[in-house]
Amino acid sequence: MIKLTQNSYKKPIINNHLKLSAVDRFFLIINDLLLLTALLVVLYPIIYIVSSSFSSPTAVSSGRVVLFPVGFSLKGYKAVFEHKLIVSGYTNTIFYTFFGTLVNLVMTILAAYPLSRKNMPGKKIIVVLFSFTMIFSGGLIPSYMLNSNLGLINTRLVLMIPNAISVFNMIIARTFFESDIPEELVEAAQIDGCDHMRFLFKVVLPLSKPILAVLALYYAVGHWNAYFDAFIYLSKKEFFPLQIILREILVLNTIKQTLIVDPVLAAARQGMSDLLKYSLIVVSSVPFIAIYPFVSKYFIKGALVGAIKG
Amino acid sequence: MDTQKKYMHMYLHNRVKKWSSIRKNIKLSYQLYIIIALPLAWLFIFRYIPMYGVQIAFRNFKANKGILGSDWIGLTNFIKFFNSYNFSRVIRNTLIISIYDLLVGFPFPIILALALNNTRHARFKKTVQMVTYMPHFISMVVMVGMILQFLSPKIGFINQMISMFGGTKKDFLADPKYFSSIYVWSDIWQGCGWATIIYLAALSGISPEMHEAAIIDGANRFQRMLYIDVPGIVPTITILLIMNSGYIMNVGFEKAFLLQNNLNLDASEIISTYTYKMGLASAGADFSYASAIGLFNSVVNVILITIVNFLAKKTSQTSLW
Repeated sequence: MIKLTQNSYKKPIINNHLKLSAVDRFFLIINDLLLLTALLVVLYPIIYIVSSSFSSPTAVSSGRVVLFPVGFSLKGYKAVFEHKLIVSGYTNTIFYTFFGTLVNLVMTILAAYPLSRKNMPGKKIIVVLFSFTMIFSGGLIPSYMLNSNLGLINTRLVLMIPNAISVFNMIIARTFFESDIPEELVEAAQIDGCDHMRFLFKVVLPLSKPILAVLALYYAVGHWNAYFDAFIYLSKKEFFPLQIILREILVLNTIKQTLIVDPVLAAARQGMSDLLKYSLIVVSSVPFIAIYPFVSKYFIKGALVGAIKG
Repeated sequence: MDTQKKYMHMYLHNRVKKWSSIRKNIKLSYQLYIIIALPLAWLFIFRYIPMYGVQIAFRNFKANKGILGSDWIGLTNFIKFFNSYNFSRVIRNTLIISIYDLLVGFPFPIILALALNNTRHARFKKTVQMVTYMPHFISMVVMVGMILQFLSPKIGFINQMISMFGGTKKDFLADPKYFSSIYVWSDIWQGCGWATIIYLAALSGISPEMHEAAIIDGANRFQRMLYIDVPGIVPTITILLIMNSGYIMNVGFEKAFLLQNNLNLDASEIISTYTYKMGLASAGADFSYASAIGLFNSVVNVILITIVNFLAKKTSQTSLW
């Protein structure tokens, strides 16, 4: 992974110092066509959704959108922002993502730092205890019973506490602390009378910004997209995160109006409901897709650290 | 006499030093324990108490009697599950989806990574990467919402295309025979790009000298890809293939559940959705029975992962533990 830069620096030399043969040119054309196909296959559905979301309800319901918006309108977005549950779901999700990620980061670091120190007695046992939960768990029902006994059901906490640590992310952080915060640094600080806690806040955290970014992004995406826990544990509508509302509208189709007999009105309703869905898909996915280009290096770094360790 | 005293002094000095260093060590590790106390408490409460609670799989759990007060019934729940009509159905569906996903989905990221590695246009490469990574961030609910829209018999663009080429529109999600394909191909669409990251990293680790030597020997690009790039990532491929096959009984709940409807249930009911339905969704929810199904699945997963980990260790000295 470190060699990436070295290689991309060396590649052009190989590419440029020899002229391409006909075979190579043919191969490269096929190769690039393959990439182009992959690009279009992934891109088309995305463009289709974005274009549909900006089209008119009748264009959507009659399937006239092919590539670009037909009969440009913002009705879908207007409907999204007027939908009370969507707005409250969005607000809730921002809340869960922010505070949930905060809890995740604090807990992950509190676990990862001690386990990264060489002379911590009993470290091995604790690591095994953590790692074991990655391959075995009590399962859905015992967890449900526990959370129910703790009174967490139908509280906001249930989306932030039971999954406060992802052991996988904790191991990523631990690996980083082991390699980037050398034992000598701790010893030097200790000679100067700095204890572990001060050291953690004053030295480790400022030195760990890259890994904190990776973890925060991973946890935040997880919270933003999480659906299962809210689905199992929450029944109060005012606590619902966006994904639950999305399921009701996108999957369960709750806005379908079966009572309308007038076919013209029914078609308009259907068009409006589909338009709302497209706009909703855009609105709910935009945050991470929008920030992704700016933070992609952190994501990729995380994916690699994880892959190497896991 | 004098030397003896000197040794004595040194000995005492070392003892004191040793003790003080142990004391200091204890004092410092005691701080480490304070730091980790909260995560440890969390681990025991939220991960190990449910493991203790899983014993209700062997009991006839009654909420008013509590876990220990409920009658011990041994393997009754497991036998009930093995003998039920749903046993073979959920196992079969789980295996079909995961093996299909593994066999068909696995080669795509490899091909895409090789192609990305070959292209000479840096900008184009960046664009393809950026775009193909994007679906990874789409939530499962939105992904399923998209699938439903695209496959919709009325307005979905896939059905529009079918009718454009003279075919008849189909309600794909109402037919069990399409379920696994919908599941797997949408997975490929969503995950293929992201999965290239690890292969690209492996490819960038291949020494440029090998390519230079091959060029001098007259190898063309295709040959270089076949004889240098592919062997270079074979270790990565092997380890990922082995590891992934450890998860074939571990198909996630969300996607299957969201894509489910009464008409495709024959192909879409998998272990995790069935456990949920038995334990939390049905009117006569049976905690013990559902726990037994969940425990059966967890144990199978642990066995598979252990075997696979052993194989990975043997073949490539890489392992989870």
